[in-house]
Amino acid sequence: MRPQSLFDKLWRRHVVVEETPEAPAVLYIDLHLVHEVTSPQAFSALDERGLKVRRPDLTFATLDHSTPTLQADASGRPPYATKDAEAQVRTLIRNCEKHGVQLLNLGDPRRGIVHVIGPELGLTQPGKTIVCGDSHTSTHGAFGALAFGIGTTEVGHALATQCVLQRKPKSMRVIFKGLPPDGVGAKDMALAMIAEIGADGGQGYAVEFAGEAVSALSMEGRMTLCNMSIEAGARFGMTAPDEKTFEWVKGRDFAPKDDDWERALAEWRRLPTDDGASFDREVTIDATNLKPMITYGVSPDAAAPVDSRAPAPETDSEREAAAYMRFNPGQPFSEIAVNRVFIGSCTNSRLSDLREAAEVMRGHKIAKGVTALVVPGSEAVKRAAEAENLHRIFIEAGAEWREPGCSMCIAMNGDKGAPGELVVSTSNRNFVGRQGQGVRTVLASPATAAASAIEGKITDPRPYLSAAKEARHVA
Amino acid sequence: MSLDKFSALTSRTMVLPQENIDTDQIIPARFLTTTSRKGLGKVVFYDWRYDEDGRPKNSSVFNGVDPQTHRILVAGSNFGCGSSREHAPWALVDFGFRAVISSDIADIFKSNALKNGLLPVTVDEKTHAKLLASPGAEVTIDLETLSVTLSDGSGTTFEVEAFARRCLLDGVDPLGHLLNQLPAIEAYERAHA
Repeated sequence: MRPQSLFDKLWRRHVVVEETPEAPAVLYIDLHLVHEVTSPQAFSALDERGLKVRRPDLTFATLDHSTPTLQADASGRPPYATKDAEAQVRTLIRNCEKHGVQLLNLGDPRRGIVHVIGPELGLTQPGKTIVCGDSHTSTHGAFGALAFGIGTTEVGHALATQCVLQRKPKSMRVIFKGLPPDGVGAKDMALAMIAEIGADGGQGYAVEFAGEAVSALSMEGRMTLCNMSIEAGARFGMTAPDEKTFEWVKGRDFAPKDDDWERALAEWRRLPTDDGASFDREVTIDATNLKPMITYGVSPDAAAPVDSRAPAPETDSEREAAAYMRFNPGQPFSEIAVNRVFIGSCTNSRLSDLREAAEVMRGHKIAKGVTALVVPGSEAVKRAAEAENLHRIFIEAGAEWREPGCSMCIAMNGDKGAPGELVVSTSNRNFVGRQGQGVRTVLASPATAAASAIEGKITDPRPYLSAAKEARHVA
Repeated sequence: MSLDKFSALTSRTMVLPQENIDTDQIIPARFLTTTSRKGLGKVVFYDWRYDEDGRPKNSSVFNGVDPQTHRILVAGSNFGCGSSREHAPWALVDFGFRAVISSDIADIFKSNALKNGLLPVTVDEKTHAKLLASPGAEVTIDLETLSVTLSDGSGTTFEVEAFARRCLLDGVDPLGHLLNQLPAIEAYERAHA
């Protein structure tokens, strides 16, 4: 048989009805993740037609987007940003009760951001098809799953039939050659990749990330990389499953057990791309030359090394972006003042991200006038971070330690910046107003965000990281 | 359930020449706490139309545009990138738009738009440049012949995924097609149990 890619194998195994010139394929969905923002109208569509959720056992809901990250008041009521936000949360609770869908409700020790809890609970597994009404669903592709974001109409399709209609996209492989230098992580690789292929470079493609640098990443790092696929326009991002993947999944609540585990493992080992498989497009990035990256514009592909300078805008759109960001051409990024720092989101809110930020912040205070928010991705991440006393490092540095949720990544729960403020953020989108009206967003890794909080300017984290490494050796 | 039929449309254009207009621009996240798909036209491009105190911005191109006569949005490349929120096409349709023309339209937005009677039309760079340079131009989009025609007679053809096109032309909801596949879905489940 012709050599196949990971993507080919995942696709083939889930086709219920082959695509024809007249109609897309009917693609079976193994796991449908649901949250409060993109589901109410889908449940209504089912109700209007008198339909039920076809496979509540394959459907899993959580609360994250509109959910407050401040603790409940004395009466136990969470401080919702608006009545509508509260109504939306209640609507999901009601819909899940009505349709028998499992929900990680407020107060559930397993609740968290949808793309953090899926993997954490072992719901996310190699070989699965996974959808969610959320464009960052590609995160789960880090496990060798076919995971993609869908709209609310398609959420309805998946609820009613456990299938979606989809034409097979083209395939792209992005190979990171060599290993990145110290102080350069998955977020930097993601931003470098987006800068390389452009915000629309991945449009119409399913992207596999491969190469030595990707194999060397932790599972959390691979999730960060796959998470940002959509910022390059690609709905699907994935990496091959390997022993690291299997080790990570093993023993989690919903992971296969005993004989089932052995059977699953045998299946999963067959998933990686065969030698000689072909791709519609291949891109190679030299990982050995990468540096910590930040964004300087209002599209994620406007990314550059943190130790460089703001480029001169060339197009009208770039001029508008530069005017919004108030970056002058030639200005070193290290001179740009920071008002606020956000560490969190489905991109960078896992334990390893918090460890990275804490390593930089340990023993330091954040700069006067800077506010910093650290928001763990899930209740489990929060507990694990607190068990390591990471929260103390953040609090002693002067940052706020919050309850899990999407928070300032999408700024719809009340967590946001003020007009004109510059926010260094570990999230995924630097769009105009994304973190509050008039807010200027600079995307960065947890280490860069933490270093920028300390200095009150956009800061290269490498000196902090090497000092921390040194201190560990001495100790 | 049925969709509004779409066969041909002749209307004036409104032009937003910016590249990479993301769905956060089309509808800011703070308006996503709704549980309905209706009435979002009043918040479409809200931060482009209103200042921080909610007063209309004089500079906004939306001023002086009648949604009844300007039903075609012409936008810069990579329109609709970012978040998968279907609230973006809901808001555009509720405002009055029935088609979006660009040189490049983001995948998820395109898929969402087609399910809501908003036709995404991708045209070549030359036609795109001409349309960007002529705000208010009268344009005819024909979904039967897959053609875009300007009032001077110039024009081009475009592609639409065949199934979505059929659904729009016939006013048919694609969920019906999926529900018809239930025997195949059940067979798949039995084979993979």
